[in-house]
Amino acid sequence: MFDELRDLYQEVIFDHNRNPRNFRIMDDANRRVDGFNPLCGDKLTLFLKIGGDHVIQDASFQGSGCAISTASVSLMTEIIKGMTENDAEALFKQFHEMTTGKTEDINLEAIGKLAVLAGVREYPARVKCATLAWHTLDAALKNQQEAVSTE
Amino acid sequence: MSTFPIEHIRADFPILGEKIRNKPLVYLDNAASCQKPQAVIDAIVRTYSHEYANIHRGVHTLSVKATDRFEAAREKVRAFINASSEKEIIFVRGATEAINLVAQSYGKSQFKAGDEIVISAMEHHANIVPWQMLCQQIGTVLRVAPINQQGELLFDEFEKLLNSNTKLVAITHMSNALGSINPVEKIIAAAHAKNIPVLLDGAQAIPHMPVDVQALDCDFYVFSGHKLYGPSGTGVLYGKQALLEAMPPYQGGGDMIRQVTFEKTTYAGLPHKFEAGTPAIAEVIGLGAAIDYVSAIGMDNVAAYEAELLDYATDQAQQIKGLNIIGQAEHKGGILSFTLDHIHPHDIGTMLDSLGIAVRAGHHCAMPVMDFYGVPATARASFAMYNTRQEIDILMQGIKSLIEVFG
Repeated sequence: MFDELRDLYQEVIFDHNRNPRNFRIMDDANRRVDGFNPLCGDKLTLFLKIGGDHVIQDASFQGSGCAISTASVSLMTEIIKGMTENDAEALFKQFHEMTTGKTEDINLEAIGKLAVLAGVREYPARVKCATLAWHTLDAALKNQQEAVSTE
Repeated sequence: MSTFPIEHIRADFPILGEKIRNKPLVYLDNAASCQKPQAVIDAIVRTYSHEYANIHRGVHTLSVKATDRFEAAREKVRAFINASSEKEIIFVRGATEAINLVAQSYGKSQFKAGDEIVISAMEHHANIVPWQMLCQQIGTVLRVAPINQQGELLFDEFEKLLNSNTKLVAITHMSNALGSINPVEKIIAAAHAKNIPVLLDGAQAIPHMPVDVQALDCDFYVFSGHKLYGPSGTGVLYGKQALLEAMPPYQGGGDMIRQVTFEKTTYAGLPHKFEAGTPAIAEVIGLGAAIDYVSAIGMDNVAAYEAELLDYATDQAQQIKGLNIIGQAEHKGGILSFTLDHIHPHDIGTMLDSLGIAVRAGHHCAMPVMDFYGVPATARASFAMYNTRQEIDILMQGIKSLIEVFG
């Protein structure tokens, strides 16, 4: 019945929505930023623990959102663990380009399993669901204290 | 009921024949904005094709004609809500602008620091923020009457808020997020007993029920044209003449003056005092056509038909496991706001859209209502006189299917 939506709602997204990874409060986090989408009310808090070597040792989140936004933040926390801050920042830029459709020739290898979120390009109303997590990460990497808003 | 001309009505709305994602459109986002009948579209085309010029200015034929049509629309609005005079009908851009006008003109000139304005917990942001802005400007205090879990105003609590500092009650006639219809007669009687004027936000109520401002005895009534099958960019502020007379202009400019020199300006009389600048001329004429259209069907008939639709939809929805109806007031208009266990409203909105069904998913410009129910958002199906039981069946089937997909 929902055949047209298969590109948007891939099985991986349902899986992460049902069982979000790293869904916990991190007591020893050294970065903590709130992200908010005022258009839909999605809220998340991102926790990072970054070592002296600029490597993201741990990432987790709390909050509530739609399947796209939950899967996006869940996948993100998985993938950035072990990355340097610079690599995570580079990935943010690639992800942003993939979801806003500005670059057609996305390096799918670099983006890895985040490619399951490429479908939002065809749904302008849903792009922000996918990017909220990443804008929050961007703010956390820049060590901004104030909450992130998609608007 | 059986005599309600639903097939004729549907045929009058060209957009209802559209396909969305290759499915027949099922338009259930009427609380956000209603679709337009051909009569309204024709009125706008006719105006621009044959009868358009600026109004209240030229002596030339077209200007006179456009002015006549514009002022005829004012008379149609007057008759539709049974105001006593056309002077009490102010054209604005929408209900939002009407409330801002009352806050900035009436409120700012009449209220002082410590004065209180009473609203309810089910208001749209348009009936919250203009008052908060006024509070910041002059130190008035906003008081909020609570609601119960069904989404009904707690009348006793509301009444307790009325005191000698209360200068205005501003309350919705019908909630856009919950569908609750407030007991406005009782509210007005209680407020008037303490000489407190009442503004009713009729943005949701006006397309669903007959409204008689004299019978209600409300002091202000505001609504938007686009929710009454008319064009966007139109709205109406009704105010009792004595109140409007005493109020200073809201905006300055052309059309609202009697005489201007660099030393002093005298203002035009009602209603023009509040209509600075060139208004939405063709759109207001279109609103007149929308009023002719709904009046011919009869608002009592519309209300009866929609009540039956809502009952049917509510019955069907209650049979779906995991569906929670948000807003179950005893007295309710055609709005079905709901959540599904473990499925976010945005996912509901996208999935239903793929089936051609347009619903709203979000906070409905009523974030405090969402907070009250502890949900970030709801999905909302809102009905109009052109909706059918078959469309509700399609909606319910869609909801059942997406619950299966999300598993």
